[in-house]
Amino acid sequence: MSADADVEVLRRQGRIVVVGASLAGLRAAETLREKGFTGSLTMIGDEPYEPYDRPPLSKQALLGRARPEDTALPRRRDIDAEWRLGVAAEGLDRVAKLVRLANGATVAYDRLLITTGTRARPWIHPEEAALDGVFVLRTREDSTRLTRKLAGGVSRVLVIGAGFTGSEVASACRELGLEVTVVERGPAPLVGPLGGVIGAVADRLQRRKGVELRCGISVTALEGDDVGRLRRAHLSDGSAIDVEVAVVSLGAVRNAEWLAGSGVAAGPRGVACDAGCRVFDVNGIVTDDIYAAGDVARSPHPLFDYQFLSLEHWGNAVEQAEIAAHNMICAGPERRPHLWLPMFWSSQFGVNIKSVGVPSMGDQLVIAQGALDEERFVAVYGYHGRVIAAASFDGAKWMGFYEQQIAAGAPFPPEYRTVDRRTETLQPVDPAFPDPHLPTHGATVTLTGHSPSERRVTFVPAHA
Amino acid sequence: MTPGTITAQITDYANRADPYPLYAELRKTPVRREDDGTYVVSTYEEVRSLANDPRLSNDTRNRPPGHARPGQPAEETGLPPSFIFTDPPVHDRLRDTINRPFGPPHSPRFLDGLRGELAKVVTELLDAFEGKDQVDIVEDFSYPLPVTAICKVLGVPREDEPRFHVWADALASSLDPQSGGGDESQEKAQRARQDMGAYLTDLIETKRRHPGPGILSALAPDMTPADLEATAVLLLVAGHETTVNAITNTTLTLLRHPDVLQRFLQDPGLAVPLIEEVLRYEPPVQFVPWTTALADIDVAGTTIPKGSPVWLMLAAANRDPQRFADPDRFDPDRKDNEHLGFYTGIHYCFGAPLARIELHVAVPELFRRVTFSQLLEDPPPYRANAVLRGPRHLPVAIEGLTA
Repeated sequence: MSADADVEVLRRQGRIVVVGASLAGLRAAETLREKGFTGSLTMIGDEPYEPYDRPPLSKQALLGRARPEDTALPRRRDIDAEWRLGVAAEGLDRVAKLVRLANGATVAYDRLLITTGTRARPWIHPEEAALDGVFVLRTREDSTRLTRKLAGGVSRVLVIGAGFTGSEVASACRELGLEVTVVERGPAPLVGPLGGVIGAVADRLQRRKGVELRCGISVTALEGDDVGRLRRAHLSDGSAIDVEVAVVSLGAVRNAEWLAGSGVAAGPRGVACDAGCRVFDVNGIVTDDIYAAGDVARSPHPLFDYQFLSLEHWGNAVEQAEIAAHNMICAGPERRPHLWLPMFWSSQFGVNIKSVGVPSMGDQLVIAQGALDEERFVAVYGYHGRVIAAASFDGAKWMGFYEQQIAAGAPFPPEYRTVDRRTETLQPVDPAFPDPHLPTHGATVTLTGHSPSERRVTFVPAHA
Repeated sequence: MTPGTITAQITDYANRADPYPLYAELRKTPVRREDDGTYVVSTYEEVRSLANDPRLSNDTRNRPPGHARPGQPAEETGLPPSFIFTDPPVHDRLRDTINRPFGPPHSPRFLDGLRGELAKVVTELLDAFEGKDQVDIVEDFSYPLPVTAICKVLGVPREDEPRFHVWADALASSLDPQSGGGDESQEKAQRARQDMGAYLTDLIETKRRHPGPGILSALAPDMTPADLEATAVLLLVAGHETTVNAITNTTLTLLRHPDVLQRFLQDPGLAVPLIEEVLRYEPPVQFVPWTTALADIDVAGTTIPKGSPVWLMLAAANRDPQRFADPDRFDPDRKDNEHLGFYTGIHYCFGAPLARIELHVAVPELFRRVTFSQLLEDPPPYRANAVLRGPRHLPVAIEGLTA
């Protein structure tokens, strides 16, 4: 039987299993059906819900403008799938081509798609994490619990970590009229994803909006009362603050543990796959029946020195899922590469923040439009003399232009005149990213090195 | 086509009723240089990309001497240019301020609150069709609604509305590159602007002392009277003629496509994709002739030199076969209809949500109540304006009116 005939059989009567009933999982399933896949489709998810949208959970939901349970993702089409919800995948047998579930059941596949995403990094001490009043924010249930708590009258909220999620939580709390303390180990909010120059703007913005921001220190312990309710947080500078609510926003952990021992290149940095979303095994050999997409995937990108990138971006999940689905049911020459340009947005303290490219790779930065002190600007990042990224505060509409500049490898610094240029010539400065060897939790793009089967936690310097 | 005559052909009245064959010709050279150094851009990707390019300015003072500078008020008026003819940061500051009482996030319900009053106007206009077997859709229907809408937005007392109709006419014609070059039309526009300015100065002062409904009251504390006046003039011009044309074009297009009209009558839900398709197919703003390159810009293999006036041909881009399959077909089932009818980028139509409300209040009700028999002139007579293109009259025969 030729490979092409195999693909035809697969399209008609193959068994495709999607592990991770997420944005990526859903979009992949829809794409499979769209492209004429008529075989069986199984969606496995550890949460009891059909796929839902997460961005509103840290924004509109906390403000009471949307209910967390109303964030189900709109369906593009019927996917005619068997849903196995509320039960996690626990293991993978590549030889027998089976996924093992936590309840002991097994599901056989001809093609497997891994879209297990990430989960919130929990507080370091489990017994402290279990205190009533200590929250993380990732799932619909997290959002429901936190929203209820905030609505119930709280004197002060402690946010641990000023990455994007932490900053959005702090913003929502201020909008609700709550007192907020943000504790950030780095020198400023958002330093991980955007660097210290932009971080300083976020710093001023937070303080102006009434956040008690304490940078350069960390929370050492959370203390409970007799009945297990949070009452105090101890800080590394020796001080303590009385709080009833702490939101732990220390970034995300990739849900790849279930693949341990399966022989695929999965680890704390994610599941390595090629540009066509096919997963590598630990020997760096590409599999042909296992694919990955979304937050859990890491894949090489030609615009960024072919480093593997893992992206916790909504748009990436959608696009990578579509590519993976397409490639799963196509013969070799018809397969497409995933060359998505990283892009994400955030809204906090009344400002829309948007970024394209990989800012953390930047070795220089210019303010191309607007001004930092007006909190409205476009910052352009350079790497080895070309444009590698751009980030804007209330300038999202310009990002399409800079996306083109990045894709074209346009020279840095940009010499041309634009609207809202404040200085005749642009003076590049160091974007001031923190030492990449320190763990950061705010990155939304992680450079994960050149090796597909790297399984240790290693931080690759952004400065080449 | 001889080079150097394109802008003249675009503004030539002979091409007004059907400019699309000319636009198709134009797209063969996506970025075309005129003898006077103006660049005309007509393909979708290029127009879209330039409209979002920070090297392109809407402030026509960046043009070298000798080129038209639309949007720059004569010095004696003492008025600043309205925000559509400014660049950031001035543009962003003005637009943000004006948006505060107008739309989300601060005023998410303002426009929706006008729906009832606009529906009442529509009902009155249609009631007046009773007993007639022939009406002019422009005079009798499309024309009165948008002025009322803008007056409501601004907070102009109802009895003063007729004066706004006259001013709107005079100001709109000055945006036209052809008549805009003529002294008479410019003078008329300046006079209208002065009269309207004087009226608005009084009104703003009244609103400052006795706040009432509308955005002028809300903005009076935050803006200089001159900026506020320039804004009011802009909203009137940009919000009036455009919406008149959008309503008229929708009516004309539906009457030219009886199959779609039949479907629409049976399925009022078709209104949304149908109206968006009209905005692609017959956009009320055909092109934007007031942008200028601030730097050399490479686009589609051509370099537009710094200082060049640039015309962005929205209506040609909307029919680019590279972007829209079978672009000359009116097809409300079109997927992914990301038309440029409201432009794109930071100067995206400020009034787009208002225009959509007006269209959705007016069009379904017009076709629900009126039984049309036929167009009495096809093509209908057009206005002179090539930018804000639309019929001057749309005479139709009607068979009846339902309650």
